[in-house]
Amino acid sequence: MLAHGRWRLPAAGRLARAVDLYEYQGKELFRRHGIPVSEGRLATSPAAARAAAQELGGAVVVKAQVLTGGRGKAGGIKLAESPAEAEARAREILGLDIRGHTVQKLWIERASDIEREYYLSLTFDRSTKKPLFMFTTQGGVDIEEVAATSPDALVRLHVDPLEGFHPWQGRRLVYEAGVESPGEQKQIAAIAGRLYAAFLGYEAMLCEVNPLIVTPEGEVRALDSKFTVDDNALFRLPEIAEMRDLAAADPLEALAREKGVTYVKLDGEVGVLGNGAGLTMSTVDVVTFVGGRPANFCDLGGGGDAQGVVDALEVITRDPQVSAIFFNIFGGITRCDEVARGILQALEQMGIEDPIVVRLDGTNAEEGRRLLQEAAKANVHAEATMLEGARRAVELAGAAG
Amino acid sequence: MAIIVDTETRLVVQGLTGSEGRFHGLRNRDYGTQLVAGVTPGKGGQDVEGVPVFDTVAAAVAEAGANTSMIFVPAPFAADAIYEAVDAGIATIVCITEGIPAHEMLRIHAFVQPRGVTLIGPNCPGALSPGKANVGIIPAEIFREGAIGLVSRSGTLTYQIGHELTQLGLGNSTIVGIGGDPVVGSSFVDVLALFEADPQTERVVMVGEIGGDEEEKAAAFIEGEMSKPVVAYIAGFTAPPGKTMGHAGAIISGSVGTAQAKKDALEAKGIRVGTTPTETAELVASLARA
Repeated sequence: MLAHGRWRLPAAGRLARAVDLYEYQGKELFRRHGIPVSEGRLATSPAAARAAAQELGGAVVVKAQVLTGGRGKAGGIKLAESPAEAEARAREILGLDIRGHTVQKLWIERASDIEREYYLSLTFDRSTKKPLFMFTTQGGVDIEEVAATSPDALVRLHVDPLEGFHPWQGRRLVYEAGVESPGEQKQIAAIAGRLYAAFLGYEAMLCEVNPLIVTPEGEVRALDSKFTVDDNALFRLPEIAEMRDLAAADPLEALAREKGVTYVKLDGEVGVLGNGAGLTMSTVDVVTFVGGRPANFCDLGGGGDAQGVVDALEVITRDPQVSAIFFNIFGGITRCDEVARGILQALEQMGIEDPIVVRLDGTNAEEGRRLLQEAAKANVHAEATMLEGARRAVELAGAAG
Repeated sequence: MAIIVDTETRLVVQGLTGSEGRFHGLRNRDYGTQLVAGVTPGKGGQDVEGVPVFDTVAAAVAEAGANTSMIFVPAPFAADAIYEAVDAGIATIVCITEGIPAHEMLRIHAFVQPRGVTLIGPNCPGALSPGKANVGIIPAEIFREGAIGLVSRSGTLTYQIGHELTQLGLGNSTIVGIGGDPVVGSSFVDVLALFEADPQTERVVMVGEIGGDEEEKAAAFIEGEMSKPVVAYIAGFTAPPGKTMGHAGAIISGSVGTAQAKKDALEAKGIRVGTTPTETAELVASLARA
């Protein structure tokens, strides 16, 4: 089956990636905006976890920092009553594999007594084109479940992007959700306003607090954080750009990013290379429809000079599963002769032996086809259409495999 | 007739003196588009191959009679350029610039909508009415004039489908690339409404992709408001399911945003969806024969 967990879809659409922040990073942003969080320390070793617990004093929670959900169920969150216990728990959790993510960082946080658990989020709702608050007193659990089983318990409230947040909106959330204690009402309404400020200030696509807890003393606090920032805004958020953990990405995807190639690893044998997200996605689909299994999604992007092609081929051929490559290029800004030059250059530099099927149309396609024909490389096969190219690549991948 | 751009288009390019703006602006002029002005703050009084450059869009409107703007300025300044064009009374804005922050687009969308301005993009290839005008980066030579409206979230995939249509002897009234960003100025529904009202357009091809729920909204619009037949194509059937950190995204609109969900929504309204670009073009051709 297809790979999962890497392609950020459909939430963001396309491959416009958003930056996911770790819990501890999101909490730091919350703290700066006046949203109460528990005190904690970051640790990357059992000894550091012990020292952190010592400093914090009392019981602590050792929490795996990974960019995926389901940490609790996977054994990535554990209570420790003492520094020695924190060290032991850290030893268990570090290195753990949680849905394909290896735990390398821990957040050691002062343990909280929990009276009640609520849910509060602010999302970029692309359907209505407005930020959307969602709040329910049934927090701490799977929110999709709440939305499905008791939709009335989930209060939804849009904010006009030109008007911004007004305090009545915070009040509306708590009254409609049925928060009874006046103290809680006041705190949560204020937190909603601060969450909006954080959402706006850090250009978030999502700020989610689940759970938002109430302690036995009646204090409201964010016990977890999911914070996702728009990639396109990073040029004016240098601090967030630095928070991005490039090491957490798949090594091939990290190499691709370094080379400026948009690449997503899939599970099959046919390497797919196209220009433009839509055409490349469509090419991956067509390869599947004619019976093949795409090895990747690789988009040359708008420009695509010869060096870009060489870089892309370097990334694609690092995947040992690839046994044939399909180039599907419709030149617009991208010039097909440049693509052809890139293919020939890559063959020379890297000695690629896998069969390469090339379909060129659009800007300078004839010149590109002529270059390939003249070079007469045994493993380069020209095809006239996208569909025929896909069929040929699948056939060749099958023969090689 | 055609939509969005035609022989009445009087184009100003914001960012005409930049390399991309210059290349594509002049290419559009060579195609026959009336390129009347460029705008680059600080370069007013200069010209680009005979095209006068102004410091402000207001001056380009007052002195050169511009009614349509194409934006090529870099992302950090593109939002400002859109606001300036709206303020100057430009009725049609095509924003090619890629990388405008999503929050910026939320505000722009809310600002533009009540003012009756047509904003195409950002991060889009523009609009081409074959035989009349080209505003953007669409390679015009692939397309020929005809009766099919084409609207798409993708650039190169649009060229692919346009090419397949041309191979079957079919031409286009207008090709519109609305862009693939989470928030764009004109949605499928906005453009479908224009095609419905356009006498030249007889049939429409809509090219969607995964993410969001604009295709689902279009399905309802086509059923309720359109008399002209529409054929659809959706890219991304084999895209693996998304890694979602939080859960809020999936429950907002009730749509999962997958290609299959979009196909189902369209087919439920009787709209045919091609499985490949080739099949999509063949479906359009079969409608033409009917």
